[in-house]
Amino acid sequence: MSVTTEQVESRVVETLASFGPDASQITRTATFEELDIDSLDLVELAQVVEDEYGVVLKGEDMKELKTVGDAVDLIVARAE
Amino acid sequence: MVDARQDGCALVTGASKGIGAAIARAIAGDGWGVGVNYRSDQPGADAVVAQIEADGGRAVALVGDVADPAVPDRLFAALESHFGCPVLVLVNNAGISADDLTPTLSDEAWNAVIDTDLSAAFRLTRRALKPMMRARSGRIVNISSVVGLRANPGQSNYAAAKAGLIALTKNSAVEVARRGITINAVAPGWIKTDMTAGVNTDLLAQVPARRAGTPEEVAACVRFLTSDAASYVTGAVLSVDGGLAA
Repeated sequence: MSVTTEQVESRVVETLASFGPDASQITRTATFEELDIDSLDLVELAQVVEDEYGVVLKGEDMKELKTVGDAVDLIVARAE
Repeated sequence: MVDARQDGCALVTGASKGIGAAIARAIAGDGWGVGVNYRSDQPGADAVVAQIEADGGRAVALVGDVADPAVPDRLFAALESHFGCPVLVLVNNAGISADDLTPTLSDEAWNAVIDTDLSAAFRLTRRALKPMMRARSGRIVNISSVVGLRANPGQSNYAAAKAGLIALTKNSAVEVARRGITINAVAPGWIKTDMTAGVNTDLLAQVPARRAGTPEEVAACVRFLTSDAASYVTGAVLSVDGGLAA
């Protein structure tokens, strides 16, 4: 399934915003730490990503992700 | 009978008889559609379903040995499909015992009890949590035992599994508490069921209440923990044992 980076970024931002942070602060360079997004939030993000894009993100993958941009890029790369 | 709940359904493992059957009936009374899981006692499970339906509730019998790692996904898929909603209540009740003193306890007896009584609960919990997190709502109740809190010769495997279940309860509870999911344990003492039929009645003399408990007395506690009223109770162990663990 092909997805655009814009679609994925929009969905990721929307999902992360549902965990608490202000949408305006969720930029590509924002780190999860700055946004107060913890490992439980990332587990839930991975579930949304799997349901919608069929992309499976494992524990090891999630550990490498530091910024919102990292997550978006990984999802887009795996979706192809 | 309250209104049927449409937002989610419930799964009770090992519900063809005893404590599991009483729990299934109690939860169905709160409007939950209930999956009545059984391993081999189909007549028992069917009877539980029939009784729930006669009382105005909804239930479906689901076969599966929870010790089989492939079973959790199968049970959840069947239940989600049957009621058309996510499983928002999970009661890990299925359990076996295979008693022997520690010096002669076999690997088979150890592994079988750990698999069914502890590992299965973990796998079912893992499967339950993601939809519960998405729904921002969930109730998991793990049926432990007084033996997980106090020694009982001849049950090292059962005791280890039931104590492990308490640790699993607490750890998983604090991980997901902020998502509106509660995870608690109920620790029954001597309860009148097939599982304790052979138990030496001298042991009952040690129970402060001087009697065995009933499956309904355990089910009432599970019913409370799965209710909205218990939404601030999580990571807790509720003993239902006539004072035995006190």
